[in-house]
Amino acid sequence: MTSRNNKPIIEVKHLSKEYQIGMDRTYKRFTESFTNAVRHPVRTLRGLTGSKETFWALKDVNFEVERGEVLGIIGRNGAGKSTLLKILSRITYPTEGEIVMRGRVGSLLEVGTGFHPELTGRENIYFNGAILGMKKREIEDKFEEIVKFSGVEKFLDTPVKRYSSGMNVRLAFSVAAHLDPEILLVDEVLAVGDAEFQKKCLGKMGEVASEGRTVIFVSHNMGAVKALCSRGVVLDEGTIRVVGDPDTTIDQYLNKIHREIYNVPLSDRRRDKPVSLRAKILNLEIVSEKTRVIDALDGTKPFEIHLTIQAFKQVRLAVQIEIRNDSRTIILCSSELQQNKTFEFKPGIYKIICLLRPSLLASGEYRITCGLAVGPHEWIDYVVDAHQFSIKELDIYHNGFSLSQRDAVFHVNHSWEVQRGV
Amino acid sequence: MTEQASDFELVIRPKYGLFDLNWKELLEYHELLFFLALREIKIRYKQTVMGASWAVLQPLFTMIVFTLIFGGLAQMPSEGIPYALFSYSGLLLWTYFQNALTNSGNSLVGNAQLLSKVYMPRIFIPTAPCLAGIVDYAIAMTILAAMMVYYQFMPTAAILLLPVIVLLTLLLAAGVGYWLSSISVKYRDVKFALPFFIQLLMFVSPVIYPTDILSENLQWLLSLNPLTGLLNAHRAVLLGHVPVDYVGLAISAAITLAIFFSGILYLRRTEKYFADLV
Repeated sequence: MTSRNNKPIIEVKHLSKEYQIGMDRTYKRFTESFTNAVRHPVRTLRGLTGSKETFWALKDVNFEVERGEVLGIIGRNGAGKSTLLKILSRITYPTEGEIVMRGRVGSLLEVGTGFHPELTGRENIYFNGAILGMKKREIEDKFEEIVKFSGVEKFLDTPVKRYSSGMNVRLAFSVAAHLDPEILLVDEVLAVGDAEFQKKCLGKMGEVASEGRTVIFVSHNMGAVKALCSRGVVLDEGTIRVVGDPDTTIDQYLNKIHREIYNVPLSDRRRDKPVSLRAKILNLEIVSEKTRVIDALDGTKPFEIHLTIQAFKQVRLAVQIEIRNDSRTIILCSSELQQNKTFEFKPGIYKIICLLRPSLLASGEYRITCGLAVGPHEWIDYVVDAHQFSIKELDIYHNGFSLSQRDAVFHVNHSWEVQRGV
Repeated sequence: MTEQASDFELVIRPKYGLFDLNWKELLEYHELLFFLALREIKIRYKQTVMGASWAVLQPLFTMIVFTLIFGGLAQMPSEGIPYALFSYSGLLLWTYFQNALTNSGNSLVGNAQLLSKVYMPRIFIPTAPCLAGIVDYAIAMTILAAMMVYYQFMPTAAILLLPVIVLLTLLLAAGVGYWLSSISVKYRDVKFALPFFIQLLMFVSPVIYPTDILSENLQWLLSLNPLTGLLNAHRAVLLGHVPVDYVGLAISAAITLAIFFSGILYLRRTEKYFADLV
């Protein structure tokens, strides 16, 4: 072991990144620069001296990563996660500060980059590999493996524009997965949308981590971070809020934030969609066995969602409820519009109850988004993530085995039988 | 993990020193440059009926038209050799330069996806089309060889200079390409100005007319265009009909190198915002 080996593999020191805002296009025309300079000489000069309207995507970020560590970076959209990843992978440069990296970096955020539709699968493997930083020798050595892993053997000499999108992704991922970096960057946000692909990414990540290499995993999914990472960093508005063990420190921090959000009454929460507010959602509660549930539910029991609304005018509306799981997949989307059922309300306060029969949701966190709609085009009110609840366990057969969101999204009742012969 | 790997240390900082071109890194990534050039070559004539014969057709038909108009009708002087041979030998190098510069100038914007998704030495992107064009040049060269056989021209020992001249032309196309492609990341006007600029450039370069039809003063002015020395020397070393103008070539080489290295510096200075703007 040299002394260098004892140093952290990544050191991020006072890292800041500034973007210019207020322009709908980032690139300019000569004439624009020119006419602006003529029309607003003072502003242009001031602009040159650096007082443009800017925004700090990252501000004074400091952290270190040890060799072999799996670090999770958590944050909401726009928290600066992707910017950080882009700087780590040298796509863009920081405005201030520096990063020292003591290992070769590879990332799963550039899957398929450099794929050319006119080229064959074989040719694209070589080009993509080279673009990701592999040597020709390396690609040749791993070629068989890459092809096998991707499962497109038969179409190796077909231009990739004739591939299905699934084949395309498989081949691209296969190349990226055979990169052997000392530091692997994974952006889960980009992997969302294709569940199989996401699973592959996570699988590869686990494999890399188990070989003692370093992984940086960016996610907005706390569950995945808990399951995979030894340490987590929470980013918010470009700064690090907390660093620590995902199971304790980070959990506590996020719970605190959640409590702060969920302590605000529903009627005062921010609305993310344009709403007419002819009626308003005041409150949402979960009730099971006639008592209000604050904490966790048993997955095998029925429960009710109680929605309190106030109508300000006479209004006919439909209620919509969406339940999402940890990875923001919609598990249930129920709208009375689907059933062509609307309720008529006179001004006043009402309680609407939705009864969910034993739904067999796997254990984990769930969020409810609710809305009031008039036809498919007008929202009277809409609150994203209005309520959060968790399923404590789903022990269907009462044998101590609880199904979690990692195993299956939910349980479908089923039975087995065996028949002799065909 | 090997000792070698753990010695690796990379520092990411906001700014480069002006002259801090990381040669070691370029060397390490050199295979990628050839892969990029190879990709250019492979995709250029995909899904075309004529394929690589386009490399020949472009200068060939231009030569035929110019020969009919300038050689036939206008009786353009051509340093005492057949006008077809004269113009084709010029068009050969010119076509290379024109295509290399066009592709290079549009390369950074055209490869926005690469810029915003993956790290690599950015300089390779505008360099690759200049390398790839050499293949077309070599293909089109076969026609010149055939013409030389037909007109019974033998190259002299000076032909050994040909690789140097082609290399200088490559550096010139790359150098101008570095400037224009970097500028076009911020100002998309380049895309529109470039074809126009190239068209004008052809008329101020001795591609289809000899330098000596101009007056002394204009000849001096023309020699500031680095293509002048390159085109004249290119023609002279291939056909051997006039001695090589070494002074003219040296002036061109000096200007070419100045454009090439300043282009590198400009690209290095501006590349840090490419991914944010492209």
